[in-house]
Amino acid sequence: MKPVSGDRWRGVVERTWRPAALLATCLAIWHLITVSGLVEAYLVPSPSKTFQLLVDKWSYLWGHTWVTTYETILGFVIAGILGVLVAVAMVYSRTIESTAYPLLLFAQVIPKIAIAPLFVVWLGFGFEPKVVVAVLMAFFPVVISTVTGLKSVDTEMLELSATMGGGPIKTFVKIRFPAALPHLFAGLKVAVTLAVTGAVVGEFVGSNEGLGYVILQANGNMDTPMLFAGLIVISVVGILLFLLLDLAEQLMLPWHSSRRGAAVTTLLAKGGT
Amino acid sequence: MSTVGMSVTLGTTTSAVAIDDVSVRFQSKRTEVTAIGQVSLDVAPGEFVSIVGPSGCGKSTLLKLVSGLLKPSSGSVTLLGEEVRGPRHDIGFVFQRAALLEWRSARKNILLQAEMRGMNAAEAGKRADELIEMTGLAGFENALPHELSGGMQQRVALCRALLHQPRVLLMDEPFGALDALTREQMNVELHRVWRETGTTVLLVTHSIAESVYLANRVIVLTQRPAVVKEVIEVDLPAERDYSATMARAEFAAATAHIRDLLGAVTGHD
Ligand SMILES: Nc1ncnc2c1ncn2[C@@H]1O[C@H](COP(=O)(O)OP(=O)(O)OP(=O)(O)O)[C@@H](O)[C@H]1O
Ligand SMILES: [Mg+2]
Repeated sequence: MKPVSGDRWRGVVERTWRPAALLATCLAIWHLITVSGLVEAYLVPSPSKTFQLLVDKWSYLWGHTWVTTYETILGFVIAGILGVLVAVAMVYSRTIESTAYPLLLFAQVIPKIAIAPLFVVWLGFGFEPKVVVAVLMAFFPVVISTVTGLKSVDTEMLELSATMGGGPIKTFVKIRFPAALPHLFAGLKVAVTLAVTGAVVGEFVGSNEGLGYVILQANGNMDTPMLFAGLIVISVVGILLFLLLDLAEQLMLPWHSSRRGAAVTTLLAKGGT
Repeated sequence: MSTVGMSVTLGTTTSAVAIDDVSVRFQSKRTEVTAIGQVSLDVAPGEFVSIVGPSGCGKSTLLKLVSGLLKPSSGSVTLLGEEVRGPRHDIGFVFQRAALLEWRSARKNILLQAEMRGMNAAEAGKRADELIEMTGLAGFENALPHELSGGMQQRVALCRALLHQPRVLLMDEPFGALDALTREQMNVELHRVWRETGTTVLLVTHSIAESVYLANRVIVLTQRPAVVKEVIEVDLPAERDYSATMARAEFAAATAHIRDLLGAVTGHD
């Protein structure tokens, strides 16, 4: 329960008007730049032209959006499951931790765009190499956040558990894992935005469908309105997936105190990257 | 079963807790700390024993030894007639911080004990409700820990420690974080619970008044490495009304004596 406070809608307005105003300002600046003639129209298309294109070419974009979304979600889910499993293994075994960490770090620092061509060579032009790149991008934050979460559990809680005689499995299921969930969700939210990047990077390297392909094509044709439209759609996909996870978090962890409609703020903080 | 107030010397076999020449050394990379020098202590079944001593002298360590969460460097601990070799399940433990699961309601936090032990759910539920009633938590069963006051959280921790009707209850500064008034209320409640259940209690506390009000005996420990400095038999009636007890000459004498032993103004009272 929260302290009783006025109107629920007022809270929603309170939270959304700032980001909405910021977005409107950005659009206005974009518009002003294009009408001022400071920049050639073929370099930066006007917002109206871009949105017009979004509407006109919607059926074309829609198909490619699906492809990218599909690769992203598949990569994200695989990274999520693998990441949690690896994290659990690392927390419960010193040997596994010390063995896996260097490998993990190596997989993280290696530039994905540089190894993506290799996956195309190995796996062909289908969706598989894109999913692999998405997994590679999303995996690391999931592992790190889950390890942190599982280790963050109160030692007194674990000692208490020992005196209750529940054994390691019950201790994990009832105490350790739930305690790690807030950290896990933080990692998943970072991971899903990275998975989008991974899928698009995979498409850049070798593909004939997906939003990465759309952007590459538009680039080749000097079709800047289409390029902008592609960028916007990619961002929207990322934002929607992020918000979906945020919603899941709010539903699953209503007890978590750091949750007070922070979705939009977190989102804005990440918006720049 | 009740042996409260027995004046006969009890042998090891009948003790609820027998600590026998125990010492504990902690070794880290650079230092070696002897937390407990050489401590022996017998606690009779149903007895309430308070443990006081300077900060960092090894009180928490002593309780961990009894529960089996920690192994002694030498000596042995016997709990309910069985030597302690690993974490024991036949005890209830209350820590200084309530240590509640923040995603579980008060009632579900109490029932964690039952789930971990695989107790019969219906029976455990009934017992939890009784304890909730007894500790004045009724009406807050479904509140989450962050919606409870510090005193209520401690009550939940107490209920959880009592759910499985342990024969030995270990409490490590359970009321340290509470304000003076709530603490007094909790003392009165704990006293009543102890009288009703006949559980053996080992209570570590920094409050001299609390240690005397609740206990049959108060164990005063020395600075680290801890040894038993003196054992004070509390000469108060079994039935202890709070303000009446505070006003008694025996109470004043005992607290003054313990304060002397601790050598300074250690208590908060
Ligand atoms: N796991 C550990 N490793 C190393 N040293 C420890 C460990 N646990 C406790 N000690 C040391 O043992 C001594 C006794 O600790 P303990 O926690 O039992 O004190 P305490 O009497 O409960 O103190 P307080 O009243 O402040 O709670 C301290 O000096 C502490 O530094
Ligand atoms: Mg302590």
